[in-house]
Amino acid sequence: MEKQLLLGDEAIAQGALDAGLSGIYAYPGTPSTEITEYVEHSRQARETGVKYSWAANEKTAMEGAIGMSYAGKRAMTCMKHVGLNVAADAFINAAITGANGALVVVAADDPSMHSSQNEQDSRFYGKFALVPIFEPSNQQEAYDMTYDAFAFSEKYKLPVMIRITTRLAHSRAGVARRPALPQRKGNLPEDMRQFVLLPAIARRRYKQLLKTHYDLVAESEKSSYNLYFEGKDKSKGIIACGLAYNYLMENLAGKDVSYPILKISQYPIPRKMIEKICSDCKEILILEDGYPMIEELLRGYLNTGVTIHGRMDGTIPRDGELNPNIVAVGLGFPDTRGPEVPDFMVGRPPSLCAGCPHIDTYVALLETLEQYSKGRVFSDIGCYTLGALAPFEAINSCVDMGASITMAKGAADAGLTPAIAVIGDSTFTHSGITGLLDAVNDKANVKVFILDNGTTAMTGGQKSAATGRIESICAGVGVDPAHIRVIKPLRKNREENVRIINEELAYDGVSVIIPRRECVVELNKKMRAKFAGKSNE
Amino acid sequence: MKKDIILAGVGGQGIISIATVIGYAAIDMGLHLKQSEVHGMSQRGGDVQSNLRLSDKVIHSDLIPFGQADIIISVEPLESLRYLPMLGPNAWLITSITPFKNIPNYPPIETILDKIRSLPNHVALDAEGMAKDLGSPKSANMVILGAASPFLEIPYEKLQQAIRAIFAKKGTEIIEANLKALQAGRDFKE
Ligand SMILES: Cc1ncc(C[n+]2csc(CCOP(=O)(O)OP(=O)(O)O)c2C)c(N)n1
Ligand code: SF4
Repeated sequence: MEKQLLLGDEAIAQGALDAGLSGIYAYPGTPSTEITEYVEHSRQARETGVKYSWAANEKTAMEGAIGMSYAGKRAMTCMKHVGLNVAADAFINAAITGANGALVVVAADDPSMHSSQNEQDSRFYGKFALVPIFEPSNQQEAYDMTYDAFAFSEKYKLPVMIRITTRLAHSRAGVARRPALPQRKGNLPEDMRQFVLLPAIARRRYKQLLKTHYDLVAESEKSSYNLYFEGKDKSKGIIACGLAYNYLMENLAGKDVSYPILKISQYPIPRKMIEKICSDCKEILILEDGYPMIEELLRGYLNTGVTIHGRMDGTIPRDGELNPNIVAVGLGFPDTRGPEVPDFMVGRPPSLCAGCPHIDTYVALLETLEQYSKGRVFSDIGCYTLGALAPFEAINSCVDMGASITMAKGAADAGLTPAIAVIGDSTFTHSGITGLLDAVNDKANVKVFILDNGTTAMTGGQKSAATGRIESICAGVGVDPAHIRVIKPLRKNREENVRIINEELAYDGVSVIIPRRECVVELNKKMRAKFAGKSNE
Repeated sequence: MKKDIILAGVGGQGIISIATVIGYAAIDMGLHLKQSEVHGMSQRGGDVQSNLRLSDKVIHSDLIPFGQADIIISVEPLESLRYLPMLGPNAWLITSITPFKNIPNYPPIETILDKIRSLPNHVALDAEGMAKDLGSPKSANMVILGAASPFLEIPYEKLQQAIRAIFAKKGTEIIEANLKALQAGRDFKE
């Protein structure tokens, strides 16, 4: 079959479609967004009636997928690594309920934090939940593993995790497809109490999960994704996980070295293979594009076993993503480097687009805040987080999605009033509404700016969950309608906007100010589509 | 055959269009290809690069190792220098000389150009100006691709075919404009 050029993310999406997917549920987040976008634009998905849904957040997405699995169809949910924190409650418990129709969870990690607040390694979540994990080393494996993950999930009636990292998610290569399978018809679970996690049932199901784990280890031992390459030179053995295997092969290609190599791409860890490489070799080099998970395990607390090199002894840097050069140095090969970057080089941080509505919001906000001491603006995650940088330097926090309102409330409780929250429309529906309810219930003196640009801009302009309903949601939560103010962030409106903001600052209670103007990137996209005389599909 | 190419620019400048044309031609020639892109935060006016790898053998890493790239193709002069450590011996640097100034501390353009000209293998051209002169300012990227074309080990006709195929939906006018831009870059002499 002819190969298709696909991003790692797209390979996952295509693998899922060919495996008979019925529904995909996701909240956008780099580097996972393109999986769901692929299904959104796929003709195959449209023609076979695959449901795709941009959920309000990762937890609702995960639960949607669990529901579809309950109803006997194949479901997938995709998120960035920190999204799994939001969905963790549902995820961990889904391992206890188990699946009916296949349930595949994709976690896209971002080592080196290209677009993230941290570089947590989702394999820990998979291990924590006791579910199998697939970690592809290239685009073809991303496709094949996803295809297989659905069958695997149905074989063991368990959720299956697929873990990828940024470089694979956002790199294209040729992928060969397999035959497309039909969707499942749907059926209720055989045991109608499978999904009822009352303690008595949960205990029984947990014991079952623990028992299944032995089978999963056995599967890992014989998996075609976990490979043991014998080598003559046993002075060193190499364990390479997921994408790290590719960097290893890049370095070994054409070289005359013959260390034993263990490639790990399916978890739980293949125990016997690990035992073999550790007993065969004098020392072990461990390559993981993430936290030193296997390394920590093999070292043990006392580090008295086989000699191990990796992130924890400095052979590989303790943080950040791997690359071919880091792996070369780890192998003891010479590093290669071109000319130095000239001294006059300067950074080019991302910035708000020219004409962005957030700019006018910040200009007006900063002007009104001149009357107060600094350090009272709690922000959130989205394009507007770039307001932290010059020339605005307007915000004082960005922690996790939704934290602006709740942190402002906590700070107001501590006496820092008025406290300001700045949150995007999509982030507000993701996890700001509940925080607003807290603020209303406690009559906190917080001023909540919901920056409504009509889209989820930071991740490329996905649908925002409550476009057109922000005011009614705030009123429904209990904000006094007299203190829900909509302004239009434009340079020419600055004076009026400043006046309105000042009025609300003078009010001791919860105010919501909604600066509303469309993201200019989205606006341009629409104009171009209109100009080209077709929809933007 | 192996060509490791760094494409460089500023988020929003559309470096991926260059990668798409080269990639199309490479696939047409039956080569292996890997192309990594930048999505996410840096796309908002930050520095962006794409690693494009072509080979007649299997390609493992999605990232080009430092010190092993064969060509840097940049649509912005300062950005072309950001990736110097990627360059291998005898590698080429092809860049536009039009600065994209969205930062307050952009270094003096003469300093940047002097550095570019001090490199043994470079082509520095006013791609924007040339594209404007051709009446199609949006095809500056194709001018740069044209200037890079002698170093790609891809027959020139293959690039032309790729442009025809990729822009097919946009009509003959756009195709012709892009082909002309490609040729102008190819003919460029410093
Ligand atoms: C838990 C979690 N999920 C997803 C993301 C990725 N993410 C960061 S910002 C953002 C969208 C923000 O949209 P919005 O609040 O409307 O602001 P805009 O970018 O449109 O200004 C997303 C999805 C994240 N950082 N954390
Ligand atoms: S993408 Fe939209 S919201 Fe984001 S900075 Fe640009 S204009 Fe502003």
